[in-house]
Amino acid sequence: MEVIGKSVIRKEAQDKVTGQAQYTHDYHTSKKLSGRVVLSPYGHARILSIDTTDARKVPGVRAIITGEQLPLTGESMRDRPPLATDKVRYHGEAVAIVVADTPNQGDLAASLIQIQYEVLPVVHTPTQAFQQNSPLVHEHLGEYEREKDVYPVPGTNIAHHVKIRKGNMEKGWGESSVTVEGDYSFSPSDHAAMETRSSTAEITPDGTIKIITSSQAPFMVKQLIASYFDEDIGKIVVDTPLVGGAYGGKASVQLEILAYLSSRAVGGRAVEIFNEREQDMMMSPSHIGLDAKIKIGADHSGVIKAMEIQFLWDGGAYSDKAIDLTRAGAVDCTGPYKVDHVWCDSYCMYTNHTYAAPFRGFSHSELSFAVERTLDLLAKKLNMDPLELRERNAIQPGHTTPTRVLLNQSNVGNLQECISKLRTLIRWEEGPVREINERLVRVKGVSCSWKTSTIDSNAPSGVILTFNRDGSINLMSGVVEIGTGTKTVLAQILAEKLKMDVDKIHVRMTVDTQTTPEHWKTVASRGIYMAGRALLEAADDVIAQLKEIASIVLRAPIEDLEVAHMKVFTRDDPRISVDFKDICYGYQYPNGNSIGGQIIGRGNFILRHLSHLDPETGEGNPGPEWTVAAYGVEVEFDRRDLTYRLIKAASVIDIGIVLNEKAALGQVMGAMSMGLSFAGRETFYYDEFGRVLNPQLRTYRPIRYGENPEYLVDFVYTPDLQAAYGARGVGEHGLLGMPSALGNALSLAANVSLHHLPLTPELIWKTKAGNV
Amino acid sequence: MKLHTIQLKINDEQQTVTVRSGDTLLYTIRKQLGLTGAKPGCLNGDCGACTIHVDGWPMKSCLMMAVEGEGKQITTIEGLKDTPIQQAFVQHFAFQCGYCTPGFIMNGHSLLQKKPDADDSTIKEWLESNICRCTSYSEIEKAIKFALEKNKSS
Amino acid sequence: MLPFSFEYERPKSFQEAVTRFQQADQSGKEPMYISGATEFLTLGRINQVYTEAAIDVKGIPEGKVIQFDQGYLVLGANLTLTELEEANVFPLLTSTSKQIADHTARGKITLGGNICGQIFYREAVLPLLLADSQMVMVGPEGVKVKPINEIFYERLLLQKGEFLIQVATDTRYLHAPFISIKRRQQWDTGYPLITIAALKIDRKVRVAISGLCPFPFRSNEMEDALNNLEGSPQEKIQNALASIPSPILDDVEGSSEYRLFVLQNLLLDVYEALKFGERE
Repeated sequence: MEVIGKSVIRKEAQDKVTGQAQYTHDYHTSKKLSGRVVLSPYGHARILSIDTTDARKVPGVRAIITGEQLPLTGESMRDRPPLATDKVRYHGEAVAIVVADTPNQGDLAASLIQIQYEVLPVVHTPTQAFQQNSPLVHEHLGEYEREKDVYPVPGTNIAHHVKIRKGNMEKGWGESSVTVEGDYSFSPSDHAAMETRSSTAEITPDGTIKIITSSQAPFMVKQLIASYFDEDIGKIVVDTPLVGGAYGGKASVQLEILAYLSSRAVGGRAVEIFNEREQDMMMSPSHIGLDAKIKIGADHSGVIKAMEIQFLWDGGAYSDKAIDLTRAGAVDCTGPYKVDHVWCDSYCMYTNHTYAAPFRGFSHSELSFAVERTLDLLAKKLNMDPLELRERNAIQPGHTTPTRVLLNQSNVGNLQECISKLRTLIRWEEGPVREINERLVRVKGVSCSWKTSTIDSNAPSGVILTFNRDGSINLMSGVVEIGTGTKTVLAQILAEKLKMDVDKIHVRMTVDTQTTPEHWKTVASRGIYMAGRALLEAADDVIAQLKEIASIVLRAPIEDLEVAHMKVFTRDDPRISVDFKDICYGYQYPNGNSIGGQIIGRGNFILRHLSHLDPETGEGNPGPEWTVAAYGVEVEFDRRDLTYRLIKAASVIDIGIVLNEKAALGQVMGAMSMGLSFAGRETFYYDEFGRVLNPQLRTYRPIRYGENPEYLVDFVYTPDLQAAYGARGVGEHGLLGMPSALGNALSLAANVSLHHLPLTPELIWKTKAGNV
Repeated sequence: MKLHTIQLKINDEQQTVTVRSGDTLLYTIRKQLGLTGAKPGCLNGDCGACTIHVDGWPMKSCLMMAVEGEGKQITTIEGLKDTPIQQAFVQHFAFQCGYCTPGFIMNGHSLLQKKPDADDSTIKEWLESNICRCTSYSEIEKAIKFALEKNKSS
Repeated sequence: MLPFSFEYERPKSFQEAVTRFQQADQSGKEPMYISGATEFLTLGRINQVYTEAAIDVKGIPEGKVIQFDQGYLVLGANLTLTELEEANVFPLLTSTSKQIADHTARGKITLGGNICGQIFYREAVLPLLLADSQMVMVGPEGVKVKPINEIFYERLLLQKGEFLIQVATDTRYLHAPFISIKRRQQWDTGYPLITIAALKIDRKVRVAISGLCPFPFRSNEMEDALNNLEGSPQEKIQNALASIPSPILDDVEGSSEYRLFVLQNLLLDVYEALKFGERE
């Protein structure tokens, strides 16, 4: 192949290194007003009164909006007022918006709004939320409008419950000679994209609602605003320029609603809601937390016979995407292993935390921490090599998943080969522990993962191709460029397919929902999978049209024609040819007569054979394919101080095929970095009122330059027969095994079983002292 | 409202702007001068996305008031043209979303000028001032080292 | 960006600065001296600092000196931490200061700003506490010079209208053996869990600590315990721990119990590096 696999430089690279790349907040409109949001100072409190009298007197204030009269919102269940009414359910929840000429005037007015609260008991953890006597976050849970496969339990804090019942547990435990169990927990954390979220809305006199937003889901913004506020969907136009990092956090629709409400309140003038960092961390949806219980039974040889799993997801104050996260965690609950007897209860719990957005990996790094730590406990109990244990139980074609999908050679990768390559990559033959001196020891931990993408079963993707007069091509897809390089890879796929120079393919970087064909959401590592298929269809469409007109011009049957190098030519004699540029806008004969016309290629894709899960057993087909991976992390641990450095981190992923080498490596290593950062340091800390104590990047600290280990990446190549060139999703997978591999390494190093994140020296110290 | 009309020398051009005392240099260059290459990431001096040069040294433009910029030589990413560090970032895929990139490049460019013989610990000391959320930093390390080498040989 | 409105002035001499301060004070403007202004901007934007008159003293020449004078090293309080590191005239100060914030921010943070700031770590003061530095302050009563251990108690005890302009350190301390360690909650970024600076002079070790309590300190009792000639290093350390001030911080960086564990190990590191309480 000529273009596939090459490290083609990103199409937007020059813009990004010269400061010319434009993100949402970089767009100027001279008359843009500023919407400043008043946030809840408590985790759980009744709103007794809101007095805006003084605030309205501030010069420059154009409107103040509070929550009465607004419809409830929420993607799977409508439980969230856009602005809190009656009570606040999390620290940082939006209570009011001041629309003012400048941010300063807005801030001044916001500080003058008098709100009386009565503090309510706080639900701090999903485990507390699950208890019978817990305070309720939502008193009217049964009354919310919801999708039909959402199962809330009124009178409790359970927003949704997914059951997996596979096999026969009694039989499974009966066949098990060894059992291990463990409880795990960690608090919510943050995406911390470097570009905070922002949205601008404007309603023009003809009723067109124009929204510019930093989003992974501009098409969902349009759908939801139309649906929530009964607006004409055709009059909503959403623009998304380059997005400065997203990682799932910009798949939720929140600021767009606030911007829309703000614009509506000032007669349609443009209003920007720009999250400062603190607001982005507290008010906008976060990375989900989890309390988990895992029990595994196996026979003497280490063959897993049964798994019983309980997930209590910390969905926060509103269910929104946490409902889907709860389902995604359930469908892959066992990790990438063959388990015949599975019992899993996955609960979406309400707490008084910021509600959850998707986070890169969509529940999988979280569940992997619990499952893979327990597998290491099993290996220890069996006195077995932890990689061998994983290899012995590795999922394979012919096995079924927890939701009883029969796996085949295409829909699952080759985990055994991943494990085998990992062994070499991390020099497993040296053994997991190497002593440096009496204090320092180098220790390796391993883990595995799998993941399917549990996206909507009718999610669409479309591509349009048009030509320029020189025969070069414009590629339009609704995929948002969030940093993954997807649009460049699409150009590579097209260049490969048409055997042309990738520089002659021009990619529309921004998305505008009026003229760009829809791509459901840029999430779930599904950009290339779905848009790639749509693109191949569009390319076939273009080829057919080119050949049709060329066959007339060249007086040759269509079957004899080939396309390459921006020409159509006859197979046996390529000299008989016509250039794209001479036919893509119709062919003109010397006498002026013309035939054909503008060539426009179109292609679309929709996932097939996905189904809802059975509410009692979980049976159903949740996603198109399972990418599998194996991981290792090596730390240097100080046995006196209980501190550690990250030395090496390794991932071996069954990627199907590498489409752009450096871009793929970048995706994997970047995800690993994020996973280690999450595992080692990132968490929100809360006080007794449920207040976030560290909503700044100086106290919430993503990994920095030089704290990182050396990264080792290798791939396995089992093609997905349904995907463009066989490529599997790879954007998330580097992250999934990092928390568990790090947890396994440190548990071994410190000779103590670690069950919480982040894995700080203090956690190790406390666990050793028995104080966790 | 306390307003000041001041002269700022930015990217070798003299600019006259009227600012509030409390306006940061970041706000001023973005909103008044349209130089949006420097990005707001935290407005708190924590992330480095707004890094520019003041008299050749890296500076977080959210940690500086515009009124403090009088009499200084200020350079933003828009003032760098095809420098080795920019080329190195492109070649080594040292960015993904690109939002932190202007800040990293400004920091790295200053490092190249001020510490052409920087060793690993100096590079770390300088570059840990910025956060990149997409890459693993190893791509950035490669780009910086490549540019340092190129700088030395030229 | 600061939400409040204020007058900004940049006096050229310290006399002018003091006069401006007094005038603004009389007009009820709650004046404030600023130099690096980093804390002013970061705390101001979240309404934890307020003034109607900011007097920027960074341009005052006396605050920018690095000079040796009659056996003393005189450092201007308006030198940025980067400038101090580049000059590297006081290696212990360089070593401690290099751990503060990050390199780019240290190009703006000043020595005086770090010592006099609200954020209570004030790590740049640790070497000065150890070296019995002289603090040179200017104010309505003119120039005042005081030994640091008389005028620094938890924070620099400035009178209204005063600001720190220089610090002077006896040169015999500049090359005394030292160690400075910053231990954070995790890896190499963030506020200190504990920062410890130690220096050995006249056969005795001195230690100053930030991050253990909500203020930096040097404790004679701790030093006496460490320098006691009797007992094992562990016993000396235990005795030193018995005399630390209170309260011990208990916050998102770490619990107080854990901080004590960390401190104990840090003191062992100090012992390894400098030895103490040994007959020589």
